[in-house]
Amino acid sequence: MRPIRWIPDNTRFNFIGWRHITFAISFLIVVVSFGSLATRGLNFGIDFEGGTLMEVKTSGPADMADMRGKLDSLGLGEVSLQQFGAPDEVMIRIKKQEGDEAAQAAAINAVKQSLGDGIEYRRTEFVGPQVGDQLKHDGILAVTLAVLGIMAYVWFRFEWQYAVAAIVALLHDCVAVLGLFSLTQMEFNLTTVAAVLTVAGYSINDTVVVFDRTRDDLRKYRKKRLDILINDANNQMLARSIMTSMTVILTLLCLLVFGGDVLRGFSVAMTVGVLVGTYSSIFVATALLLYMPPRRTPEGATDKSAEKATAGDA
Amino acid sequence: MVYYARWKIILVLCVVVLSALYAAPNLIPQDKLDKWAQGLPSWMPLHKISLGLDLQGGSHLLLGVEVKAVVNEYLDGVADSARSDLRKADIGYSNLATKDGVLSFDVRDEAQAAAARDAVASIDQNLVVTLDGATVSAQLSEKAYKDRATSAVAQSIEIIRRRIDESGTREPLIQQQGIDRVLVQLPGVGNPEHIKRLLGQTAKLGFHLVNETANPRGGSVPAGFRVMPAAPNNLKGPPLYVVSRRPVVSGDTLTDAQPSFDQQSGRPVVNFKFDSIGARRFGDVTRDNIGHQLAIVLDDKVVSAPVIQSAITGGSGVISGSFSVQEANDLALLLRAGALPAPLTVLEERTVGPGLGADSIAAGEIASGIGLAVVVVFMVLSYGRFGVYANIALVANIVMLLAALSLLGATLTLPGIAGIVLTMGMAVDANVLIFERIREEYKGGRGVVGSIDAGFNRAIGTITDSNLTTLIAAALLYGLGSGSVRGFAVTLAIGILTSMFSAIMITRLVIVFWVRSARPKIINL
Repeated sequence: MRPIRWIPDNTRFNFIGWRHITFAISFLIVVVSFGSLATRGLNFGIDFEGGTLMEVKTSGPADMADMRGKLDSLGLGEVSLQQFGAPDEVMIRIKKQEGDEAAQAAAINAVKQSLGDGIEYRRTEFVGPQVGDQLKHDGILAVTLAVLGIMAYVWFRFEWQYAVAAIVALLHDCVAVLGLFSLTQMEFNLTTVAAVLTVAGYSINDTVVVFDRTRDDLRKYRKKRLDILINDANNQMLARSIMTSMTVILTLLCLLVFGGDVLRGFSVAMTVGVLVGTYSSIFVATALLLYMPPRRTPEGATDKSAEKATAGDA
Repeated sequence: MVYYARWKIILVLCVVVLSALYAAPNLIPQDKLDKWAQGLPSWMPLHKISLGLDLQGGSHLLLGVEVKAVVNEYLDGVADSARSDLRKADIGYSNLATKDGVLSFDVRDEAQAAAARDAVASIDQNLVVTLDGATVSAQLSEKAYKDRATSAVAQSIEIIRRRIDESGTREPLIQQQGIDRVLVQLPGVGNPEHIKRLLGQTAKLGFHLVNETANPRGGSVPAGFRVMPAAPNNLKGPPLYVVSRRPVVSGDTLTDAQPSFDQQSGRPVVNFKFDSIGARRFGDVTRDNIGHQLAIVLDDKVVSAPVIQSAITGGSGVISGSFSVQEANDLALLLRAGALPAPLTVLEERTVGPGLGADSIAAGEIASGIGLAVVVVFMVLSYGRFGVYANIALVANIVMLLAALSLLGATLTLPGIAGIVLTMGMAVDANVLIFERIREEYKGGRGVVGSIDAGFNRAIGTITDSNLTTLIAAALLYGLGSGSVRGFAVTLAIGILTSMFSAIMITRLVIVFWVRSARPKIINL
């Protein structure tokens, strides 16, 4: 049986030629994302906002009106009830209570007492204001350090032009994921941060693949026009970029469909991040190189030494 | 290429076989494993991957120790000494109070201020005493504060452990986090309200004399006395009492406490026993105060205040109140376990019931199984024979990943399962890069062996680069992440490392065997 070529050989897409259109699209994505982040913000889960979340299972279909009535009478401020999954499963969210941690604990107790027996508490999560602030701080720190670390690594392995282009593409991907979470107001929690970080680490892979080829070709073809050279590298690496992303997307779709509710946000963030990452490595990262051309091998160096340098990378 | 160093072949095979051995226990039910484990040395591969609380169900509580309370209590003691020292030295003062870890008072005659400062400083050399005009303020030195915090947290952990052990919870994990936090993990506890109630009380017991003549609502209370409210289960007495500021006998002299029933009323009560020192003090106090009330105070609330009928010299006593059986049990447990040095607050709680945990495991298993199947099929469709080889490496990778998790004693969480599923997709990436390169070299006119060789050699640099960036993200996630997210970072990081080994070394080995035995003339990629 012949293997299937999902991506035909010798594609001649004019990726670099489309850059004005794709830059406009990317610009739009970033502007809309930032706009939404500025106006709507993120729908922080209790991990960051503090508060209480309870997932309960009632015996028989849940009587939402009855539950809402009971909980509203407790005077705990904003209590949101949401049916999810099966008709007997309800998610209860209680906003952060006025006062210290003890006030939060009292709220959980009050809810449990008011709902009475015959209810299975599948999940109870309470995050106090102190911990919430710390998690927020740690999350921001982790993402910042990751971006800096990856930039340092790319800089170390390539030249600064590649590092800058890669980081712009990487930020583009992260902003797009954040923008999506802001636009849809999907809950943004700790696992979402994990997803954003993983997107940062993974979406750069395609970029590195194309950069490796670009660098090789710059050594090999010293007279070739940069835009053509980059475009050829993109076409040559197209199958690699798409196939590697494809395998990950396939597993992510499995997580999305079968992984349960707790992982939903994670799977969505990762899937979108990997898709945008594949796009950005072609249309953002490599196209940016055109505006800050990397140094080419000095005249007189032979192709042989270029080859050796490549092998040295291995 | 056809040459593959013998030691490398042995290394790869050893790693795979050992991994299979260390991963195998995860497939065996725990009871059988326990049976086999008897009499075997501990290095034998009998460790399973432990499941996080989000998978096996259980409660995770992050508790904060209020160190400030310990310091304030200590300063109250200093204040008592200061009062008597200042009186002795004939120094007039006003507004003596402790607040937020600082003891301060105003000296009436500013000329005596320096003397007052020295008097306070001589009480304890750990005090830093400052003088501002006529105001003297004292607080603990930074080092002394830290020492107190450390010992308060260590002591709290000890008491928490005793209380949780006494409550019958099995295999709790209790450990310090940061300076003043304690992490408590209770596997299998789906409703931690009872434990939270047990930990929510400092359970400081003391016996105070009651001043029956003073009016608790009168505003001014005689020196050495203070007003205390009645405990919720003290229904018989008045709502407020005037009691001695210091306990005449303190609860840390108790040696035992047991729930029991009052012989006359049949109500639940708590019997307690003193040690020899406590028994003597209690005997003296009761003998000297016959006809007066003695308040039994728990956490600054009066549980009961019986009238002393006769000297109690037996070294034991009874606490009665309107207790339920559960409350009497809990009170006895708390008294046995001892008082916490400082109040605890729940800063974070994450509890997963057994139902959701089981559902999550099932979802994880299905997602992993289908994820693996999809990747395997996709690789075979896309790369034929080479895809099969990549799949062999993929399976070996999963085995190595499970073995590493078992060996490291890592905890598998739900995001951790997501990490494993994700790793499957990422692991074959390296093979995709290698195969595409082989294909390119082959199309470019190289021979079979030359193309395979070049494909592996050239792709390795790219593979390392792309994996290291993901590893950076995983490392940061581990360092700064918490709880279940850390589980994701662990599986992702280990998965990346094992996948680099399997995709490069194992795939290569399998392809070498194929090239040697079949001597292929063409590459069908």
